[in-house]
Amino acid sequence: MSTAINNLNNKVVTTESAWVRYLLTGLALLLIAILLIVPLLSVFYEALHQGWGLYKDALIESDALSAIQLTLIVAAISLPLNLVFGVAAAWAIAKFDFKGKSILVTLIDLPFAVSPVVAGLIYVLLFGAHGWWGAWLMDNDIKIIFAVPGIVLATVFVTFPFVARELIPLMEAQGSDEEQAALVLGASGWQTFWHVTLPNIKWGLLYGVILANARAMGEFGAVSVISGHIRGMTNTIPLHVEILYNEYNFVAAFACASILALLALLTLALKSYVEWRTEQQAIEDRKHAIEAV
Amino acid sequence: MKFKQSSVLPGFNLALGYSLLYLSLIVLLPLTALFAKTMGLDWATFWAIVTEPRVVATYKVTFGASLIAALINLFVGMLIAWVLVRYPFPGKRFIDALVDLPFALPTAVAGIALATLYAPNGLMGEPLDKLGIKVAFTPLGIVLALTFITLPFVVRTVQPVLEDMERELEEAASSLGATRWQIFSKVILPTIFPALLTGFTLAFARAIGEFGSVIFIAGNMPFKSEITPLMIISKLEQYDYMGATAIAVVMLLVSFGLLLLINGLQWWMAKRLGRRK
Repeated sequence: MSTAINNLNNKVVTTESAWVRYLLTGLALLLIAILLIVPLLSVFYEALHQGWGLYKDALIESDALSAIQLTLIVAAISLPLNLVFGVAAAWAIAKFDFKGKSILVTLIDLPFAVSPVVAGLIYVLLFGAHGWWGAWLMDNDIKIIFAVPGIVLATVFVTFPFVARELIPLMEAQGSDEEQAALVLGASGWQTFWHVTLPNIKWGLLYGVILANARAMGEFGAVSVISGHIRGMTNTIPLHVEILYNEYNFVAAFACASILALLALLTLALKSYVEWRTEQQAIEDRKHAIEAV
Repeated sequence: MKFKQSSVLPGFNLALGYSLLYLSLIVLLPLTALFAKTMGLDWATFWAIVTEPRVVATYKVTFGASLIAALINLFVGMLIAWVLVRYPFPGKRFIDALVDLPFALPTAVAGIALATLYAPNGLMGEPLDKLGIKVAFTPLGIVLALTFITLPFVVRTVQPVLEDMERELEEAASSLGATRWQIFSKVILPTIFPALLTGFTLAFARAIGEFGSVIFIAGNMPFKSEITPLMIISKLEQYDYMGATAIAVVMLLVSFGLLLLINGLQWWMAKRLGRRK
């Protein structure tokens, strides 16, 4: 519907002459082709240009498999942690008024401003051999740095804001009328949350999780500092890609990279679907509102 | 004023308490550890580390390349946002979704793809090499990687503002005799200016900390194409924890400054757009 309105508005006075339009559209598409499409396609080309056999071998090799496994484990632990935090933070921030709220919102965004390398370093300083708790951890034989817990921590840090920053504006816009109605009608706090709030925020929640997942599985800098690059042990897919690439094993490097590129494409597709669903829901809501009047 | 306004909704203490605890454990405590560690250094030593010539060279490379990349994206991003909002063309939905690719594609993948493409024997590198332009393993390669990684920022900040712009303003300007270029520079540009500036700053802030996409294409030559995040890693690899920490503190302070600037810009943008309604 919005395109129809746009077309109506596209009178001569508010658009450019045809050749300017074609020139600008062409230029924009050319830039997108050079900057985005060519690099993306080159990943698949480099991975496959010596045939399926080598491609398959690179992916079923045991170090590659353990990298894939570790990446999945790390995402499976870090996402729920940030999901629970995101919902809790959004509930407090969007549904209540309290002092220092804007400071809290800024602090939640902080991990996006920190360089991934610094994000990895801070955990090395806490848990590393020379760190605050390094000696104690060593005495008790607990490994965090150069082990899976460290990788999880770094991943939690870099994906920290995704869910919260998606939910805060959404829940603020929705207000708390529906929750108040549910409570007045006798629902308990948890019932209200599960049956009223959660259905309202599910698409926003999914959106945040999709973006966080892409970052969690693809994070390089932070994980690189903390993992120690132990093959078959603490290598995630991006780290495995780096090692293969530095060994001039380009086909294998790009084969593993192609899984991540597919993940990126899947992320974009899901993201577009969720955006479309959200749009549909907004249109539906508006219809109901008009009918109600 | 009380700490909290009263409300019938439950769960405030639990939600806020948990959020603060989690935030402190994951973000605030580790960042504090970084600053505490530098307290172990006296000022003169700290200053000597962060102004060591090789380190200063990395600042120049990092800030210079980030600034150029953000400037490139100021124009490229505005063009793409403009075309996506204003002109119809086939496959628009697909292209619109694809703009976010740099956010979704892991940085290491972007890094090896660009390094291979722009190497002297690569698909893009070979013709450029014949023209005498070397991209891979030079600062130009760093600019390229940072341009890729920060491409979506300006597009995504400008696009919604352009979509919400009222065409009536342009019609009014036109009926008063303004040319299309005058309308663009005097009506449209001032409206999207805060968004452009926000997108530019976001891109710059992201570029400064970027690591994965850059190291493969940069060549990492001291004094020439070494970036500051790499400096932190090479200090760490030499077990120079103090050196790594000191440089990290410098980067962190710059990031904090930029974060405050971005918050200020967004507040300004909301205020300007709000007033127009």
